[in-house]
Amino acid sequence: MSLSKKNKEALLNPLSINNPVTVQVLGICSALAVTAQLEPALVMGLSVTVIVAIANVVISLMRNTIPNRIRIIVQLVVVATLVTIVSEVLKAFAYDVSVQLSVYVGLIITNCILMGRLEAFAMQNGPWASFLDGIGNGLGYAKILVIVAFFRELLGSGTLFGFNILNYDAIQEAGYINNGLMLMPPMALIICACIIWWQRAHNKDLQEK
Amino acid sequence: MKALRKYIDSVKPNFEEGGKFSWLRSTFGGFETFLFTPNEVNKGGVHVRDAVDLKRTIIVVVLALLPALLFGMYNTGYQHFRMHGILDAVTFGDIFWYGFVQVFPIIVVSYVVGLSIEFAVAQMRGHEINEGFLATGMLIPLVMPADVPLWIVAVATAFAVIFGKEVFGGTGMNLWNPALIARAFLFFAYPSKMSGDSVWYGNQVNVADGFSGATALSVANQTGSTGFDFMDQVYGFIPGSIGETSVIAIALGALLMLCTGVASWKTMFSVFIGGALTAYLFNQFGAESNNMAQLCWCDHLVLGGFCFGAVFMATDPVTSPRTESGKYIYGFLIGAMAIIIRVLNPGYPEGMMLAILLLNTFAPLIDNIIVGRNISRRKNRVKQIAK
Repeated sequence: MSLSKKNKEALLNPLSINNPVTVQVLGICSALAVTAQLEPALVMGLSVTVIVAIANVVISLMRNTIPNRIRIIVQLVVVATLVTIVSEVLKAFAYDVSVQLSVYVGLIITNCILMGRLEAFAMQNGPWASFLDGIGNGLGYAKILVIVAFFRELLGSGTLFGFNILNYDAIQEAGYINNGLMLMPPMALIICACIIWWQRAHNKDLQEK
Repeated sequence: MKALRKYIDSVKPNFEEGGKFSWLRSTFGGFETFLFTPNEVNKGGVHVRDAVDLKRTIIVVVLALLPALLFGMYNTGYQHFRMHGILDAVTFGDIFWYGFVQVFPIIVVSYVVGLSIEFAVAQMRGHEINEGFLATGMLIPLVMPADVPLWIVAVATAFAVIFGKEVFGGTGMNLWNPALIARAFLFFAYPSKMSGDSVWYGNQVNVADGFSGATALSVANQTGSTGFDFMDQVYGFIPGSIGETSVIAIALGALLMLCTGVASWKTMFSVFIGGALTAYLFNQFGAESNNMAQLCWCDHLVLGGFCFGAVFMATDPVTSPRTESGKYIYGFLIGAMAIIIRVLNPGYPEGMMLAILLLNTFAPLIDNIIVGRNISRRKNRVKQIAK
């Protein structure tokens, strides 16, 4: 399967130089809230990916029939429907995670990435391109969430996906203590900032003059 | 002296532009100006404000910290032997030596970690080395409990220097006091070492060593009385962080900083006024059941980090307001907030750190309001004259 250059960009740019979290700085709120552990972060990332992709396709198909003045409401209805479906699916098949995510699944509806992509991309492009764009942005979001959650869970709880990594007696007796600050939302912000810092340092295009 | 100067002059070309170590230029410059007064002359317009440059200012602060540091070392040993109940059997030398062995490694770690980050960043940016860390590096050990693990000191120092200071642009650009950032980091990251109970006095590590105990503040929080003689609290023979216990030692430092004009008396003075007034009000109107509210205002002022914070942390010229009347407001609110946190939040028997960090955040706002008022007042005056 080969993609045209434009579609390729729609799919891959959000993963790197146009990342929704680190470059456009969208969706930070949920990135702080759900990244104390890897599992909810991954589920959250995947949920957002699915919702953005499908919402993008649906809106893209309807883009010529939506009256301009009520387009935000139409977009909201589509997103709300999808969020409800995902939320119910999670409750049915991954109950523990959905309890951990609590309101943040419902709050995907307010995630700026969603409305941003619908407004900026799906309203102007065809369904296939919109689908790729949605997948790209969702995965770009998920990628940052997983990186942040990796550090937070490893340094904060000493585990990864709940598996014990650092909580062994030998390590604890050597004086190591898990860093409680990592489990608090401010540290997610600082880790996000570090990722942004690293990315800008390696990417001349992103540096402001 | 001459030989040293000669040696420096002979190696200097290596570090200048085009020399083989030119990438180490700022490190070299840092050491050279540390040893000798720089002989560079400005060629453009200059704005001399003071004959004392940053290096001399910072060195005054470090000197002012010495009494608190030396006393802190003594007190560390004193508390250790007091816990063991063998205070009468040991000499002054034994006590001081024990404290020295405990405290000195913390200072070394703080300086080594902080200065290497500082040097590396200056090198990367091609800046001159700034001396600001000399004071911070001394403040960090003084706000730690004496038995804090060294790796935690290293992590906290690195965090404070990188995220408290360098990301904002280095010395003079930081919003918050880096030494307090280091402490706040420990406070939230390793609460088992520095929980609310023994916040100025860690304990778990050397339990076998008889090194455990709660701070006077946390005892007061639970029982309503500190269990110490008031004069002991003034002299500083109470458990606490290394540098904070002795009011006398801190007062000596304060005297030096006030005489040399390094610290603002307005800030210092108003912190004490704010603290005393708030504590007094709590004494009068606070709930009977709240032990901290009933603790005498004079105890509040001499306990915990109140004096140390007021003298060395609140007066930091970078993070306090620049306007003179702003300093009164800033100081007063620090004192008031510190007591309010102590009294009303049972989780934090010590509120000084959080109060100063909070007011650091508001310092630019205070300045802004003062300057704005000044502008509108003068505008009005012009209008009056024009009439």
